[in-house]
Amino acid sequence: MIGMLLFIPTLAGAAAFGLRSDGPRRALLVLAALLHAVLTAACWLVPAPPAWNGWLQLDAVGLLFLSIASALFLAAALYAPGYLHRAVQSRRAEPAGLGLLPEVAPEAVFTGCLLLFLASMTLVTVSHHFGLLWVAVEATTLASAPLIYYHRQPRSLEATWKYLLICSVGIALALLGNFLLVVAATPPGAPAGPALTLGELLAAAPQFQTPWLKAAFLFLLVGYGTKMGLAPLHTWLPDAHSEAPSVVSALLSGALLNCAFLAILRAHQVCAAAGQAAFSQSLLVLFGLLSMGVAAVFIIGQPDYKRLLAYSSVEHMGLLALGVGLGGAAVFGALLHAVNHSLTKALLFFAAGNLLACYRSKRVADVHGALRALPVTGALWVLGLFAIVGSPPFGPFLSELTMLKAAFDQGRWAVGAGALALLALVFIGMSRPMLAMAQGAAPATADLDRARPGAERWFTILSPLVLAAAVLVLGLYLPPWLTAQLQHAAALIGGAP
Amino acid sequence: MNQPVELMMIVLVLTDLLLLGSSRVAGSVRLMAAQGLLLGLLPLLAHHGLGGHALVLAAGSTGLKGLIFPWLLRRALRDTETHREMEPFVGYVASLLIGLAVLGASCWLGARLPLPGPVVSPLALPVGLFTIWVGLFLIVARRQAITQVLGYVVMENGIFTVGVVLVQGQPFLVELGVLLDIFVAVFVMGLLVFHISREFEHMDTDQLDALKDWSS
Repeated sequence: MIGMLLFIPTLAGAAAFGLRSDGPRRALLVLAALLHAVLTAACWLVPAPPAWNGWLQLDAVGLLFLSIASALFLAAALYAPGYLHRAVQSRRAEPAGLGLLPEVAPEAVFTGCLLLFLASMTLVTVSHHFGLLWVAVEATTLASAPLIYYHRQPRSLEATWKYLLICSVGIALALLGNFLLVVAATPPGAPAGPALTLGELLAAAPQFQTPWLKAAFLFLLVGYGTKMGLAPLHTWLPDAHSEAPSVVSALLSGALLNCAFLAILRAHQVCAAAGQAAFSQSLLVLFGLLSMGVAAVFIIGQPDYKRLLAYSSVEHMGLLALGVGLGGAAVFGALLHAVNHSLTKALLFFAAGNLLACYRSKRVADVHGALRALPVTGALWVLGLFAIVGSPPFGPFLSELTMLKAAFDQGRWAVGAGALALLALVFIGMSRPMLAMAQGAAPATADLDRARPGAERWFTILSPLVLAAAVLVLGLYLPPWLTAQLQHAAALIGGAP
Repeated sequence: MNQPVELMMIVLVLTDLLLLGSSRVAGSVRLMAAQGLLLGLLPLLAHHGLGGHALVLAAGSTGLKGLIFPWLLRRALRDTETHREMEPFVGYVASLLIGLAVLGASCWLGARLPLPGPVVSPLALPVGLFTIWVGLFLIVARRQAITQVLGYVVMENGIFTVGVVLVQGQPFLVELGVLLDIFVAVFVMGLLVFHISREFEHMDTDQLDALKDWSS
């Protein structure tokens, strides 16, 4: 089962590189995404057996993050063909030699990398061996770098270069962390310690050498934290998210950051088993609050709406780290928040893609009257805004409340109050520009997409509509099977049931 | 004590220092190649074994870091309008002085960390840490995209040193995976260097500054 999960996107990705015509390739993308989602859903009903001597396993945490990635990829696969079609169309419609629109990467490369990206993210969620996990996380970087350079223009190139270099260097530090972990696991005098699989490490953890374990966790946190976008290691994130095509931004923000977070959770699991939970938790709280603070500073007065969403991702990654760092009931909240944030942020990036296609500008000041020009996208934009800043009745409200309540219940007033104040700042910082974009008079039709202004085609709004419905439902009603799974996962990473 | 490994560590430190002081890109690439060839032998010497595992790993890492990467970088150097100078943000003498200070600090740190059991060479940990630092320093303190790739490879060499000497018997597949990842990373970076030099008509990364939040 796990083999099939990895095999399908890899094979489809390889095939996409070879397919010449656009139609079958787009169909292949949707088909592979659909198959992957069906297989993932099947894993909820029938537990997948471990493969490869236990190197590949799907535990509760892994299944949760796999499901997020798979669901978002399906949404992206349904959105992407329309997006690609639009990109080709608008380039054709443009008078030759004008050069207003940038060249784009070959679609075969784009689709192929997209599918390989899914394969590498799947590998992250199923690998139970720290070495393999490292290989998988680095593979996600390599598969996604060409996706960011879809628009062949200097700004995208700059973003891709920063992304590739900063993340590769960060992940190289995580490799050092892996080596230190081996040293920590080797008992003094013994020739070799336990294998680097999660199960063996957790079993042997009480005998670990504490100083080496602490050093290992530090390097793993900094390494994978770079990929996750924790401040002050987040500098690649706003550039990459703003320059990538919106469908890729949605995947980066909703699925990729979570995968890096999963890698940190694995390291935290080992620390907790070794009795060093307090150490790793205090670091996670520190990085979490710092990320939220840095994000709040950059959100206020941000002139570019895709960067605004990117900084919001930094903030929410901070919240996730904070939740796990607090421990207890907050871990459940953090995992629920990972689900909520992914769905909401993907919805917002899809809506941003529609706005960008219509207004041809990423500047907040250039966009106004979105509710009149694109009624559905405009409504989704406003709905997404209220969801992401944590207003009821949407999902993120529930998960943020759970985490904050846990902070106050533990008597950590300063942490709770600080997080609350930062959330309020972000609320103001995001609402003002995003509402200004939605309201006002629609611009003269001449400014809009020449094709058919106002008429939104179904493929541009289907995925975000479904995501919006999911975010709303999660805020009103948590299905018992999801609650059970989240509790099971939270118990694995040090949360109280 | 393992004489050849000790000797190798000393040569590694020397190449690091030369890298810090080198003013020519081509010369630095040559130094990087020398490091790669040297480190390829490390798995053979460190574990006294000539088993299939160690041989394949040594061959792979020698081929990759000693031959393929230098070849890739030299091609990039020839085909793009690269400046032959390293174009440092931090001068060569200052780089060397800072480097010596960091070398001292790594030795101090290496002596303080309690190593579990006997290791192949007590020099390996400080030298590995120093090499990692040199790589990071080259990434931030040199101006061109190609020297950043070079710094990344040097940093990887340092991590490799620490790994080989401290960690005995990583699973084979993982090591192959790591090598493959690094290969693809450097390959993609090399491709991007071409694109950068075409788009910007040079490779200075300090010109990559369109994306920021506060324009001065």
